Amino acid sequence: MNQAALKQTPLNATHRELGAKMVDFGGWDMPVNYGSQLSEHHAVRSGCGLFDVSHMLPLDIRGANVRAFLRRLVANNVDKLQVSGKALYSCMLNEAGGVIDDLILYFMDENWFRLVVNAGTAEKDLAWMEKMNADWGMGLTLTPRRDLAMIAIQGPDATRVLNEALPGVDPITSTLKPFNAAAMGEMFIARTGYTGEDGFEAMVPAKSAPFFWKALMEAGGKPIGLGARDTLRLEAGMNLYGQDMDETTSPLESGLAWTVDLKTERDFVGRRALEASEVTKQLAGLVLLDKGVLRSHQKVHTRHGEGEITSGTFSPTMQQSIALARIPLGIAPGEDVEVEIRDKKLRAKVVKYPFVRNGKILI
Amino acid sequence: MSIPADLKYTPSHEWVRVEADGTLTVGITHHAQDLLGDMVFIENPAAGRTLAKGEECAVVESVKAASDVYAPVAGEVIAANGDVEASPEAVNKDAYAAWMFKIKPANPADVNELLDAAAYQKLVESEAH
Repeated sequence: MNQAALKQTPLNATHRELGAKMVDFGGWDMPVNYGSQLSEHHAVRSGCGLFDVSHMLPLDIRGANVRAFLRRLVANNVDKLQVSGKALYSCMLNEAGGVIDDLILYFMDENWFRLVVNAGTAEKDLAWMEKMNADWGMGLTLTPRRDLAMIAIQGPDATRVLNEALPGVDPITSTLKPFNAAAMGEMFIARTGYTGEDGFEAMVPAKSAPFFWKALMEAGGKPIGLGARDTLRLEAGMNLYGQDMDETTSPLESGLAWTVDLKTERDFVGRRALEASEVTKQLAGLVLLDKGVLRSHQKVHTRHGEGEITSGTFSPTMQQSIALARIPLGIAPGEDVEVEIRDKKLRAKVVKYPFVRNGKILI
Repeated sequence: MSIPADLKYTPSHEWVRVEADGTLTVGITHHAQDLLGDMVFIENPAAGRTLAKGEECAVVESVKAASDVYAPVAGEVIAANGDVEASPEAVNKDAYAAWMFKIKPANPADVNELLDAAAYQKLVESEAH
């Protein structure tokens, strides 16, 4: 492995000082854990965890046509965003209705939206958006914000930790509703996350990130690696791009129908393909009844045919294995299915997800 | 301390202790558990099962990944440790105390083909680069 070729976030040296185990995560040198993935997981459910998510890309789109552009570009409807700071989760589709990426859009004003896209897809996304910008003659300016670091502060104790680490943030943390953001000087603070807990995602200038991170730790925030980030998001029933959906899958077969707006007449990329397609599969939750661990790509046998696990893990909160699986329509929560694990067929139960929210098991 | 000198090793990161009666006690090394992270599931071979050298015979799974455990030599499984199946985290706490299974080797001389601590140390170092 050529470490020199890996990209680094502004917190790279901080992670190394903390003794993190670093891994190549889609070309980025990122912390997978700082000791124990399980303790980190529990720290977020019971206290407050800090995540360096600076590998994700904030992207500012400016210009008079920005709303019109996004109406056509993404599957969810940006007209739901009318108050400055309001956020929307959406898929960006290709013409075939496959998912190019999932992203968050923040409405700032009629000339400015901020998007946050996945790390592994950032370059592809940017190229696609620039092409659409040109093809549709929108005349917008797209600015990748690699000058910003992004830190997620998550858990029941997140508000207290952020208040203590950042004097003056109180008026924001006490009033900011979920899925809203506010600017504070050069900082951008959103009440969003990927854990199923209350919390914030803060964008700060790259050079202040190490100092901010230390202040958050002094206030009681625990550093959390990408390992626990994955078990937390899976318990929270949140999709992971590249695993639960990609360019070859429909959002309607990926548990994302709620993010696709087909009610309005709006013409967006991928709409015609989605409307012409027949939905035959669904994304369902599974809980393993036998002993073992569900993993992605394991085959699922149901009474309506085969399916496949898209994300699987051991749930530290539930102390049993859980998964998201793409299975045939018509299989309902409560039914038993069989999962092929190595040479065995193990029993699993279909459940409605999320599995865990705000520290509580929902299954 | 992470590679005890009195044990034998395999290139697939099992440790083997040769007992006074010639039977072998097998587990996974400290290095292996460190790579895998927090253990959450272990499945041992049943006692009485006959194993070929290098046969996949047990599974260890961490939160992160599943990994096969291979028979270090040919032989018969004479015991499996139910305690580590019940508490997989024991492997993270002390990989050399948390044995997985015991084998009666088909040919006692086969243990001479296993790596000694120095050779295993070299292997671990070479894999780090």
